[in-house]
Amino acid sequence: MGFFLEVLVTGLLVGIMYSLVALGFALIFKASDVFNMAQGDMSLLAGLALVGFLELHFPLWLALVCTIAIMTILAYTTVFIVLKPLVARPPIMLFMATFGLAYMIQGIGQSIWGTQAKGLDLGIPDIPVTIGGLFMSTFDLTFGAVAGILVAILVWFFHKTRTGRALRAVSDDHEAALSVGIPLLKAWAVTWVIAGIVAVVAGIAWGTRMGVQFSISYIALKALPVLIIGGLDSITGVIIAGLVVGAGENLAEVFIGPYVGGGIQTFFPYLIALLVLYFKPYGLFGKEIIERV
Amino acid sequence: MNEIKEPILRAENISISFGGLRALNDISLEIYPGEIMGIIGPNGAGKTTMLNIINGFYKPDKGRIIFEGKERPRHMKPNQIAAQGIARTFQNLAIFSGMSALGNIMVGRTMMMHSNIFSQALYWKFSQKEEIEHRESVERIIDFLQIENIRRTPASMLPYGLRKRVELARALAAEPKLLLLDEPMAGMNLEEKEDIARFVLDANEELGYTIALIEHDMGVVMDICDRIVVLDFGEKIAEGTPNEVKADPKVIKAYLGETGI
Repeated sequence: MGFFLEVLVTGLLVGIMYSLVALGFALIFKASDVFNMAQGDMSLLAGLALVGFLELHFPLWLALVCTIAIMTILAYTTVFIVLKPLVARPPIMLFMATFGLAYMIQGIGQSIWGTQAKGLDLGIPDIPVTIGGLFMSTFDLTFGAVAGILVAILVWFFHKTRTGRALRAVSDDHEAALSVGIPLLKAWAVTWVIAGIVAVVAGIAWGTRMGVQFSISYIALKALPVLIIGGLDSITGVIIAGLVVGAGENLAEVFIGPYVGGGIQTFFPYLIALLVLYFKPYGLFGKEIIERV
Repeated sequence: MNEIKEPILRAENISISFGGLRALNDISLEIYPGEIMGIIGPNGAGKTTMLNIINGFYKPDKGRIIFEGKERPRHMKPNQIAAQGIARTFQNLAIFSGMSALGNIMVGRTMMMHSNIFSQALYWKFSQKEEIEHRESVERIIDFLQIENIRRTPASMLPYGLRKRVELARALAAEPKLLLLDEPMAGMNLEEKEDIARFVLDANEELGYTIALIEHDMGVVMDICDRIVVLDFGEKIAEGTPNEVKADPKVIKAYLGETGI
């Protein structure tokens, strides 16, 4: 039983980080109906920038502030230069634009900071500790806590502040939001900034784990099943789905893996996603869109 | 006395085409403070197009809009026009379905709140105080429209008639100088229509709102409007008090056809 719990908790802690990546997608999708292909690359850029600033011997807080500044500039440039001419066009056009954006970010990031994989050491110890009889890594615990706090702040922001409410209004109905005086592009820009900050946290979490390198942009692939399970437009949904995926894949690997030769961790989330698609095509928490024909 | 009143909004020689279709042709109209003005006309007459021009969703090809004595710059965005004090509702209902009724109405008040994103994060006591003040006015509107018992209900779960009412509440919450209603009674039964008609009248008489509305139910329009503009195929064919309009042969022709009577 203790072992089972250990596997479960480790899975949940990784799961929170999946939630984090998926959250970046969900935020932008909600606000502008765009599936942002560049979300993973935004994390890569954030990781590269942070390491870059640390290499210049910036103190950590200053490096973080500079990184967030870069993400903010990126958000405003994206919205006012790339997306603005595409407002009110079919979503597929915006989607394709984010494809281009992904390559741009990748290219620019790597041409400034190089293509070498870099270590990111924030001095968080990776030692096992025992809590309530369960072995856990302090590393997982730290990032689990950070991700949890970030998610809590976001939920508070979206539900309790005026700006948060305005952003939710934009995500519900563009025209109605305009008609009550909410500036659409500014709201998008704020959403992209928030997604950028989420990308910074995700970039740090994954960068410290596996080094800051090109493959960080592929954590987006981990977010896909999470989004499908949770529902593309539900913030609560992706958080829960991230936990489900993290716990599910870890449990499956440990308990089912040995019978089928292991390595099922990589595709198990997609298996769950397929099942969910079959029964609930809009995800467990997604808004079911029923259109009058 | 009435004759020298300055209009709150004047539309001058408005024309707009969509592709080859001329939706509005050289339309001029005025809306005077304190009145309920009705815009009527058969389907496809250009009524909603006119509202979309007034609130800035469409830019006219020709003509100009003068609001409160000042000509509106061409590039002005709908959200800026809303901030000037023009609120509206929609023909096919546009509420924020992910929020409660109360949330919807609070968003309607967005423009009147001043704390920005940074002050919300840093001085959230101030924002909180502001929030409470605005809650009070919002509660008055909820009271006025008699939707107290649904304020916490998610908007997506409300029946159609109540959604329409929430949408109206959201528009009122902005305390607009000019309120545009696009078919506020469409799809309602008689009782619901009477409710809305009463709210519109009260909003005008008790709260002093200036209202321009589109409506198909002639009985209601004739009852509650002070003045009526009739559009047909993008042309203004008549204007005047309900009685004048009712008797106008052009209007009768537009509604009943050439050889109708």
